[in-house]
Amino acid sequence: MKIAVVMKLVPDLVEELEIDEEKARLDTTWLRLVANEPDEHALEQALLLKEQLDAEVIVLGMDGDGMDDLLVTAAAKGADRIIKLTGADGDTLNNHAVARLLEPAIRELGADLVMTGVQAHDDLDGAVGPLLAGLLGWPCVSYVSGVVLEGAGCDVRKEFPGGLVVEMEVDLPAVLGIQSAPQPPRYVAVSRVRQVMKTTEVEEHPVGAVDDRGAAEVQALRRPSVGERASMLEGDEREAADQLVAILQKAGVL
Amino acid sequence: MSRDIYVVVEHREGLVEDISFVGLAAARAMAEGIGGEVVAVVLGDGRLIEGLAADRAIVVEDPALSEYNPEAYVAALEAILADELPRALLAGDTSVGAEVAGLLSARLDLPLVNRCVGVRAEGETLGFTAQICGGKILVDGLLPEPTVLVTVVPGGFAVEEGKSETAPSAQTGPRPTLDELRVRVRGHIEPDVGDVDISRESVLIGVGRGIQQEDTVELADELAGALGGAVCASRPVVDQGWLPTSRLVGKSGRRVKPSVYLALGISGAPEHVEGMADSGLIVAVNTDPTAPIYDVAQYGIEMDINDLLPTLLERVQEAKG
Ligand SMILES: Cc1cc2nc3c(=O)[nH]c(=O)nc-3n(C[C@H](O)[C@H](O)[C@H](O)COP(=O)(O)OP(=O)(O)OC[C@H]3O[C@@H](n4cnc5c(N)ncnc54)[C@H](O)[C@@H]3O)c2cc1C
Ligand SMILES: Nc1ncnc2c1ncn2[C@@H]1O[C@H](COP(=O)(O)O)[C@@H](O)[C@H]1O
Repeated sequence: MKIAVVMKLVPDLVEELEIDEEKARLDTTWLRLVANEPDEHALEQALLLKEQLDAEVIVLGMDGDGMDDLLVTAAAKGADRIIKLTGADGDTLNNHAVARLLEPAIRELGADLVMTGVQAHDDLDGAVGPLLAGLLGWPCVSYVSGVVLEGAGCDVRKEFPGGLVVEMEVDLPAVLGIQSAPQPPRYVAVSRVRQVMKTTEVEEHPVGAVDDRGAAEVQALRRPSVGERASMLEGDEREAADQLVAILQKAGVL
Repeated sequence: MSRDIYVVVEHREGLVEDISFVGLAAARAMAEGIGGEVVAVVLGDGRLIEGLAADRAIVVEDPALSEYNPEAYVAALEAILADELPRALLAGDTSVGAEVAGLLSARLDLPLVNRCVGVRAEGETLGFTAQICGGKILVDGLLPEPTVLVTVVPGGFAVEEGKSETAPSAQTGPRPTLDELRVRVRGHIEPDVGDVDISRESVLIGVGRGIQQEDTVELADELAGALGGAVCASRPVVDQGWLPTSRLVGKSGRRVKPSVYLALGISGAPEHVEGMADSGLIVAVNTDPTAPIYDVAQYGIEMDINDLLPTLLERVQEAKG
């Protein structure tokens, strides 16, 4: 059983985001990137399956800022192989292009199961998971929070709004978009990552020509106009608590 | 290619999801601009066309479509699109719409735009506004021609605008063979019963990643108890296993509308906000003065929860006497 996990980095939303001068994209000068949170869950889910069965976990990412660190961290957590797709500027590709570059790589690996994060907050032309599944001609279930592999079968839990979860059986090979793993993503110490960095090689896999048809033409990025913001309660914790109590009393809940 | 705008109607347990009414409202704005019709696409249950603000409906009924199955939905929609390509096909940016739109985009080689919060017609041209980076950035662009797939998020169009007193005229769509599907529905896991139903509480204390430690959940729970309410949570807290999924508020959790929602250490991501924005009074406690939660809250306290919470609990208990 070969499980491929594809991972990407996204702008850290805790930081202030700047738009570049042409208003065409985010200004990357000060942009801090972090692993896309659902991807960490996809990796965790893959590693849990590896512990239960004799599975090989292969992590792939597009070459770009921070990818080596992300891949080595995945290896430190237990991924068997880490592969960087090189030859295309991973920081500027749209998701249709990414899916088209991943398709032959996934076929070549002979993966039985591909797991992506369910979504990243910066996509504009759809999530890679369903796009990739469509290109591969494989079934796809996304918004998954739990995967069980038994024999040739794959049972997943798919989430719907309102907290409803539906159990689905999926034929392999398949692509799954992971929302959360059954347990929080494991932590790995920086010292361990450093150690693995010395002994593990990031495999490089050159890709072919980029085909980015399928996304819209972007005219401009802008910030939303801020409506009325909250009025802030000033003072130390006692003063703030007293004001809040008064507000709760006025609202009739106290 | 026609000028019509199709909307995939998402439904569960006999009810149309609000996001589909949002989609119908967006479709109306597009269709009016370019002189097309709004067409509701209803898979599984033709009775659901009642109350949809559409000019007509395409209905496909088949046991395999009685509830959502990605394979069946994609096959049915492919058959409909093979009959005629509309100017746009809209779906919710949800666990149904996002999946179906991505699959169709790749399989039919149709462009896709997701996260749309606004659409506009400029002459024959259709423009969109999408929301990225947790709502911190808006992107304006043009919807590719001649046919585009679009997924919409809540916020730009009112649910009511997608509703109607009457039903659109219905036509039966093509019915592809839907056996040997590679995905099969096995069963439902309903949200845990026995636990609190947060959608019925009038006071909710929402806890987010900013609470940092599990112990704080207990403190928040005590505060909720003192106020006669309950604790609920954002996704990271539930993923951490600190509260059950039944307490999750937002896109993949419950929609709540308490008289008071106190958000502790919640940044205010759109996926969370869509579940609680309709609350009567929203008060947020967050150390980051730029956190988006302060856009929806009426009152804010820029303070470490660990400093505020014990004092607040004390004061609330005193006030109760
Ligand atoms: C498909 C999909 C569906 C999703 N569905 C949901 C959903 O249903 N519900 C949901 O909630 N999320 C959902 N999410 C996740 C969502 O995108 C956000 O990641 C999540 O809501 C963030 O949770 P948070 O605000 O608790 O954490 P963060 O965004 O990490 O925010 C933590 C906040 O706490 C503040 N803070 C930190 N320390 C302190 C302190 N000591 N005192 C006070 N404040 C502090 C920080 O300033 C920050 O603003 C979904 C995501 C996807 C992709
Ligand atoms: N450039 C990329 N490189 C690798 N994986 C990606 C890339 N873009 C998207 N993905 C995968 O697709 C998931 C959803 O992100 P997105 O498709 O951008 O919404 C991510 O969590 C990754 O698993």
